[in-house]
Amino acid sequence: MDIGVLSAITFLPLAGAVVIILLPRDMKKTARWLAFGFSLAVLVLAIWLWFQFQTCEPSEAGYCFEEQTTWFGMINANWHVGVDGLSVPLVLLTALLTPLAVLISFEIEDRVHMYMSLFLMLEMGMMGVFVSLDLIIFFIFWEIGLVPMYFLINIWGSANKEYASFKFFIYTMGGSLGLLLSIQLIGLTTGTFDIPTLAGIWPDFTPEGGTLFGLGIETIKTITFWAFFVAFAIKVPIWPFHTWLPDAHTEAPTAGSMILAGVLLKLGAYGFLRLVLPFFPEQAARFAGTIGVLAVLAIIMGALASFGQTDFKRLVAYSSVNHMGFVVLGIAAAAYVYGGRGGDSQSAIMALNGAVLQMFNHGLSAAAMFLLVGALYHKAHTRDLTRFGGVWVIAPVYGGILLFSSMASLGLPGLNGFVSEYMVVQGAWPIFTLYTALAMIGLFFTGAYILKGIQKVLHGPVKDEWKGHNLEIEVREVVAIAPLLVLMLVIGVWPNWLVSVINQAVSRLLGA
Amino acid sequence: MTTQELLTWLIPIPPLVAFFLIVLFTARSRALSTLLAVGSMVISAVLGFSVFFIGISTEHLGAHPIESAIDWLSVGAEAIKIGVVVDPLTVIMLFMVPLTATSIFVYSIGYMAADPRYSRFFAFISLFAGAMLTLVVADNLLLLFIGWEIMGLCSYLLIGFWFEKRSAYRAAVKAFLTTRVGDVLMLLGIAYLYSATGTLNFHEVLRNPEMLESLAAPSIYLGGGISTAGLIGLLLFAGTVGKSAQFPLHVWLPDAMEGPTPVSAMIHAATMVSAGVYMVIRMYPLLSIGAEPHEGIFSPPMLAMGLIGAFTALFSATIAVAQNDIKRVLAYSTISQLGYMVAALGIGAYIAAAFHLITHAIFKALLFMGSGSVIHGMEHGEHHAHHEGHHMPEGFNPQDMRFMGGLRKKQPITFWTFLIGGMALSGFPVVTAGFWSKDEIIADALQQTQMGHGLGVFVFVMLVAAAFLTAFYTMRQIGMTFFGKPRSAAAEHATESVWTMTAPLVVLAFFALVTGFVGVHPDFPILGAILSPGESSPFHEFVGGTLLEHPEALPFNPTAVATSVVVALGGLALGWWVYVVRGYKEATQPDPVQGVLGGWLYSILVNKYYFDELYEAIFIKPAEWFAEKVAYLFIDRGIIDGILHGIGRIAIWIGYLFRSFNTEVVDGVGDGIPMGIGEFGAWFREIQTGKIQQYLLMALVSIIVIGAIFWFGG
Repeated sequence: MDIGVLSAITFLPLAGAVVIILLPRDMKKTARWLAFGFSLAVLVLAIWLWFQFQTCEPSEAGYCFEEQTTWFGMINANWHVGVDGLSVPLVLLTALLTPLAVLISFEIEDRVHMYMSLFLMLEMGMMGVFVSLDLIIFFIFWEIGLVPMYFLINIWGSANKEYASFKFFIYTMGGSLGLLLSIQLIGLTTGTFDIPTLAGIWPDFTPEGGTLFGLGIETIKTITFWAFFVAFAIKVPIWPFHTWLPDAHTEAPTAGSMILAGVLLKLGAYGFLRLVLPFFPEQAARFAGTIGVLAVLAIIMGALASFGQTDFKRLVAYSSVNHMGFVVLGIAAAAYVYGGRGGDSQSAIMALNGAVLQMFNHGLSAAAMFLLVGALYHKAHTRDLTRFGGVWVIAPVYGGILLFSSMASLGLPGLNGFVSEYMVVQGAWPIFTLYTALAMIGLFFTGAYILKGIQKVLHGPVKDEWKGHNLEIEVREVVAIAPLLVLMLVIGVWPNWLVSVINQAVSRLLGA
Repeated sequence: MTTQELLTWLIPIPPLVAFFLIVLFTARSRALSTLLAVGSMVISAVLGFSVFFIGISTEHLGAHPIESAIDWLSVGAEAIKIGVVVDPLTVIMLFMVPLTATSIFVYSIGYMAADPRYSRFFAFISLFAGAMLTLVVADNLLLLFIGWEIMGLCSYLLIGFWFEKRSAYRAAVKAFLTTRVGDVLMLLGIAYLYSATGTLNFHEVLRNPEMLESLAAPSIYLGGGISTAGLIGLLLFAGTVGKSAQFPLHVWLPDAMEGPTPVSAMIHAATMVSAGVYMVIRMYPLLSIGAEPHEGIFSPPMLAMGLIGAFTALFSATIAVAQNDIKRVLAYSTISQLGYMVAALGIGAYIAAAFHLITHAIFKALLFMGSGSVIHGMEHGEHHAHHEGHHMPEGFNPQDMRFMGGLRKKQPITFWTFLIGGMALSGFPVVTAGFWSKDEIIADALQQTQMGHGLGVFVFVMLVAAAFLTAFYTMRQIGMTFFGKPRSAAAEHATESVWTMTAPLVVLAFFALVTGFVGVHPDFPILGAILSPGESSPFHEFVGGTLLEHPEALPFNPTAVATSVVVALGGLALGWWVYVVRGYKEATQPDPVQGVLGGWLYSILVNKYYFDELYEAIFIKPAEWFAEKVAYLFIDRGIIDGILHGIGRIAIWIGYLFRSFNTEVVDGVGDGIPMGIGEFGAWFREIQTGKIQQYLLMALVSIIVIGAIFWFGG
């Protein structure tokens, strides 16, 4: 059997992890560069994939680069992978962020081998989720991603790392138990775990006699819908399932936060797109209003909570709640239309295009912001906003980059965040007018917390505490953040290279 | 793409490129940065003027504008396009923006010469100019909004340019957030417009009678009590209220004077705040759907504009009377003049609003740069005086007019150009541009008044009163600054500024005089026949072409002209008498106005009606309190985490039961699920010593328990 590009992208990191863990203990440098090399190789493959994807003829179900091999025949689970316009940007994002995060991790001195191995395993887990087209495989990768992140926080995290890693792990794990049960239920009743197949049959599925375990099929579908929902909602996270996030993000090592915010949160949103919308169009539409309310609460309360912080990293962490709220709002609006509750499909496409682009954009800006917070913390050993001030005077390059990234995060037009937020607002307006209008409160406070962060760190006279300190960003850090900055600008000025790819898949999904 | 289209696309590009080049490569070299910034601005200006001349020499440009657009965002089978357009309204902006911006760039070479962040300054104003030019050539609201917001960023960066100063960074944040209130509402307006029409392109919406008619239908929101266009218009106008500092979002503009003076000139007078008015002028056909101003029927956005604009015009003029900071006086006068334009639009005076937009931008840029030159002179004077052993009096500030006086002899070029600017602002009859544009607004308001329309009466009364005050405080400013004897050693030793600063003053002074002559009414005695041979003035003829229906010119009204002349000269004369003839003798002397108004009324004016304090108390403090105490500590930390920890405890308790079961029933199995119930932190640290399997077990158990509770409880 030939190894397809998707299998290669998924398992190359695992190969790297194995190689690194087998290295002699004293070869720290080699371990670092190997990790960087492997993740870079994945990036090269992902870029190749991206360009090949532009010209590929999708299969009937809409996927490219599909591979299908029997894997666990007894339960009819297959190694079925493939990508479409929803997953290929996320594959690219993951492949891009991992080497940058590895580069940032060069400052780790403690147990480097293990760290780097875990990091590559994490990449495998994330890639696996994005490429898998089989529920069992999907779930396995979904869980695999958890373990390395748990250890990354638990071992290399900061002061309150134990509480944070535990909360993260148990919470996400707890959420996925319902997911596992539901997957089994769906698989056993239909006899397949194949996602494209299920997308075709599950929405209209009726078992013989119309009942399962004595319950009506509608009840079963509603229960499984909520099980899926809770699992993904915790991961996104949707308000009020979000409180693990500020803790985990704040305590994780810099690179961990970058990946956590940059990619892991997208797994949840991706779950909605890949599984919830196609499998549960009716249920999703019925509860779209509720989800929309939660999204707006995330946008508003996330922004407010962020504004209320005095810890720089926690401020940035809460911004994820705020930004991911727009993703959920877009998904909710699209779900409402897709399930036939009204609204025009053009708006639904706009909202969902925006949501997917927002996932990508948030990946860039959140990673950049965490990198910058980490860069400062690494030198100043504090994240307390009240202790900073005047950093722009002693670290002008750092200041400029922080401003740029902050503006991308704020949604300044001309940079990437605006495009996706505008699309979500534009698409959601005719569908959930009131929610969209209320979301503006959150958008206003996005400005407030971003400016608060900038002001507390950069503005004012240099505090005595920092006189004579070198807080300027290092070359390695600049190299790591540069690709993110470039992409922020490119997407902001010319978004259609990315949006047109997303648009294809979204249009197909929403059946326009 | 035709050459004209290409030229238009290129207009905003050079300064944007210069911004990135300076930031990335030349920040360390002042000479290169200057070359890049000024050079790129000159290129843009040349491009802009070329298109300007092409535009004014094109017949029926309004009906056949220069247009070009590309796909920007794919949506299903369609796409949102962005592009450029040149119609008469764009053309006049392509005269004003490059002219003022180039002057300001040149002026900044001198003004910023001593600043250590010189290159950074030029980078920021380059970005600013690029954004403004983008806004001007944009063919749709989305691209306009992009330029609009980037200018907001530049404003933030430049107000906070001296970011070590508390007052500076606070003013910067205040400006950004205050305007953002308007911006988020404007974004909704954009979203609503697109979902109602399927396009954001100006011409597809505004020159399409069917589209306009469909927008006149009752809105599907708010119970249909307002038309679609009315609601969209109000949302868009909210953006203008923020950007153009109209009441009640006016509070940011005076504080914006914390930035370097060229910034005040450019952003907070000539261009950025004008962008707010430009947008509503641009969208006027939409805002005025359903209105018949001559019948006294106004659309909701017009009512809002008329009321807010006229109120703001007078309101901020009263504050300007009591300010002693030379730039703050100008800041309030800017708010007031923008109020004129907004009010003019409210009563349907489209051409007059556009006309005043152009003339005001020119003379206000001139005045701000003039005040910068004065401040520069005072700072030099302070420096010199210090060398000679003079001490500055208590509370000295080089921007405080009470410490100036007699500068006309020290700074003759600054004085004469400032005088011209001040006269234009006051509407000094016939020879200044401000007279013609302001007169046109007053004539429109008078016509409304004579027809007995309530809104017209209100606008007329407010604007005439404001015009009187404008002339008065302008003369006060000129008197306190340039006449009398120097009231401090700094003023005594003040010197004229360098040529890079004075040359732009002279250029703008020239245009502050002559620009008005394109808008003279054909029936104006003598001048009308010479300057406006057609049925209406050339400006009216040309800009009117932007609209689908060419607006009718008003009949010549001598009463309006007489009103304009009387209030302008009256205000100037009173100011002359109080501040020049009787004069300010010493810096510590109380202001004559204070004696007339009485102490408490005067201190209300000095304190700007206490709006800063009011907003602090009812918006800012509660928001900060809510964010930290409620959103974070109470809801997230208290309620949500409280519930989670509660669940955790239950799980632990069940784990404990299991353990008992293990140790007592199945003896020896399991090596210790952690014990210790009690303080959350305490058990927590212990639980950390456990193993993953145990965590999983706990999770599973808790899920089952919760599930059971729901199952049986529900």
